[in-house]
Amino acid sequence: MAEPRPPLTLAARVLGAVLLILLLGGVLVSGSAWLNGQQAARQAYDRILLGAARDIAESVRIQEGLPVADLPVSAFQLLAQAPDDRIYYAVHGPGQKFITGVDPESAVRVPEPGSGGPDYFEAKLNGEPARFVRITRRFAERNFSGPVEVVVGQTLRARKAMTADLMLDALLPMAVAGLALMAIAWLVIRTALRPLEAITDDLARRDPYDLTPIATGRLPRELQVVLGAMNRFMGRLDGQVEAMRNLISDTAHQLRTPVAAMRVQAETAVAEPGEAARRHALDRLLARTRSLGRLLDQLLSRALVVHRTDSAPRLAVDLREVALEIMERNDHALLAPGSDLRLEIGEDPVMVQADAFSLGEAAGNLLGNALRHGTPPVSIGAEQRGPDAILWVRDAGPGPGPAVTEHLGRRFNRSAGTQENSTGIGLSIVASVAAAFGGRVDMVREDDGFRAALVLPAAEEKP
Amino acid sequence: MTRAWKMLSLIAALLPAAATAQEATVQYGSGPVPFLIRSTTDNSIIQPVMERFAELNPDLTITYEQWGSNALFARSRADCRDGNPPADAVLSSAVQQMVWLVNAACAQPHRSPAALALPPSRRWRDELWGITTEPAVIVYNKRLIDGADVPRSRFSLLDALRANPGLYRGRIATYDIAASGLGYLFAYSDSLEATTFGALMEGFARVDAVATCCSAEIIAGVAEGRFLIAYNVLGSYVANASAPEVGTILPEDYTLVLSRAFMIPKRAAQKGASAELLDFLLSAEAQNLLVEAGLVAVIEDTSSGLTASARRYIPLSPSLLVALDANRRALLLKFWSDTFGQGAIP
Repeated sequence: MAEPRPPLTLAARVLGAVLLILLLGGVLVSGSAWLNGQQAARQAYDRILLGAARDIAESVRIQEGLPVADLPVSAFQLLAQAPDDRIYYAVHGPGQKFITGVDPESAVRVPEPGSGGPDYFEAKLNGEPARFVRITRRFAERNFSGPVEVVVGQTLRARKAMTADLMLDALLPMAVAGLALMAIAWLVIRTALRPLEAITDDLARRDPYDLTPIATGRLPRELQVVLGAMNRFMGRLDGQVEAMRNLISDTAHQLRTPVAAMRVQAETAVAEPGEAARRHALDRLLARTRSLGRLLDQLLSRALVVHRTDSAPRLAVDLREVALEIMERNDHALLAPGSDLRLEIGEDPVMVQADAFSLGEAAGNLLGNALRHGTPPVSIGAEQRGPDAILWVRDAGPGPGPAVTEHLGRRFNRSAGTQENSTGIGLSIVASVAAAFGGRVDMVREDDGFRAALVLPAAEEKP
Repeated sequence: MTRAWKMLSLIAALLPAAATAQEATVQYGSGPVPFLIRSTTDNSIIQPVMERFAELNPDLTITYEQWGSNALFARSRADCRDGNPPADAVLSSAVQQMVWLVNAACAQPHRSPAALALPPSRRWRDELWGITTEPAVIVYNKRLIDGADVPRSRFSLLDALRANPGLYRGRIATYDIAASGLGYLFAYSDSLEATTFGALMEGFARVDAVATCCSAEIIAGVAEGRFLIAYNVLGSYVANASAPEVGTILPEDYTLVLSRAFMIPKRAAQKGASAELLDFLLSAEAQNLLVEAGLVAVIEDTSSGLTASARRYIPLSPSLLVALDANRRALLLKFWSDTFGQGAIP
């Protein structure tokens, strides 16, 4: 098998196509120019032939009962317009009786008489292709009556020269135009492809870990679409990589301390000789384990939310349904058994464009925080206020300290991370969801308690 | 002698007309390659040129055959038609016959700077070239005609004939156009040029002009004083006759100029040598030799008193075919004999 050729460059392809088109056009134009030239030359020299033949026929007169041709020099001067061509002429009387001619011995094969008009034909003249015309003049004199046939012929040099001249005349400007077109095409292609080349260069030079967007500033629209898609893709990739990095870093950060603590407590339990003390250590180990489990849940949930807000399609979601679902999931019974949870939703749907799962996670975390750190009764609700769709959780307590609200929106709360029942990750999930869907987290201290709310832009309600 | 040469001799011997038509044969050089040139030019006139060519080409043995123009034409035509080995080069003053041969595809082309430098009137199809420059002149006896009375144009010749028929009776000579190919060519060219031709013929007839066949005879007659004036004599013959009594006039109304035509026959065995001969003949050296030989008349300069418009070159062009046309020839001869009268022809 042949070695695969390296792929052609775009410029080479386009130039090749242009060249092919020009060549094809050139061939067509050449053919047409040649045909036209041939036709023009044929017409021009056929007229000369006919003129000469008419002159000769005109010169025939009847002398003593016989036709005699007083050959006019003008006829031959006419034929000499083709200066380098051989000439044939012959005048025949009735019954092909030779009257005069260039050479009685040289016979040209004359076709059968046609309609009587000038008959043009082609034949060999002394071995050279030549064109002939035959005309007939009819005499009706007292002492001579009958047709006199004049055949005049000429070789084709002048015709060929004229054809070539005409063709060249037609083709030279075409060739010049073709070259100019090629040059222009080259320039145009270069100009058109320059942005692409710039991108190619940029990509070739780019660090493989560099996921920053490529500038789309002065690019043609088609390329902007391509680059936009690529930039979005790279952005997402960047986001995913960042999220993964965060997850790993968060997880490491969050897990190191509890795991170390668990190891210490386990060692304490093993080393403790007293039953009560061992029991106490085991209890604490268990609490730690639970806390670690919740922490893991939250970390994974957060990773999932980050992933989903990035990739899951945005759908119309009714915040009331999110609140309802939280209620129905009944997780709070586990967190805070016997607590009082109320649902406050109106009759009108509270629509947003978002991912229901992420919203559920966010709401679950808000609720979890309220149940764990707040004061019952806790209520959850959804409402629309102007352009805002709000999903909120309220408890009767004073709310968290200002340090927590202040750190809201960070990836996680490092100071909180050391606590067993951390709210930091939960709030960071809420903040991530709010950021992903273009909303914010509101924490408001009210007269009768504390309200944490996820505020999202309300979607246009669809009928 | 090569075998081909023997064959040629044999064939020549088998063609009685052709074999006897050759008037003289001269050899130049003694190289191994035979080279045959047939010409209508007197060997004595062209000798210096041929000698120089032989000197330049020592490998050639040049056989120079001198022919009458009609015989040469017949022979060349027969060679061309029958496929016999032709001469290697043909040089003839009967240019109409040469044009006919070229028209009948009996010649082969040659292109060289020298040949292409010829004006179009002296070149046709790159197969026929005019070598010489020879005007058709009026000659007169210097002793018998006073310088002032010499007719400088056809009109003054006509006037002289009318004014003094007694003086000129029987003492005007011209070619017999039926017998002389050259005479016919000049008469034909005259008939194309001007209406003076008819008037001149009638004038000649009135004074019982003598029509004769040969240049030598005419010039000798003028030199001796038998003829006072001879019309349409080839200038080169006058120049070579070394007759101091004979004066030459280039007619001022127009002067026909003949250029002997050179042709390389189609199947010439020594095509290269023929082409060399042609280039040599057109070279400055050979042209100078030809000037000395009288075959190239210097008429281009102002000293000849001939205006450019009065120089009528007989062009090597297909229209010369008309000169050979049988009907046309018959008509011209008839006109000539009708006006000239039977009695005038000796």
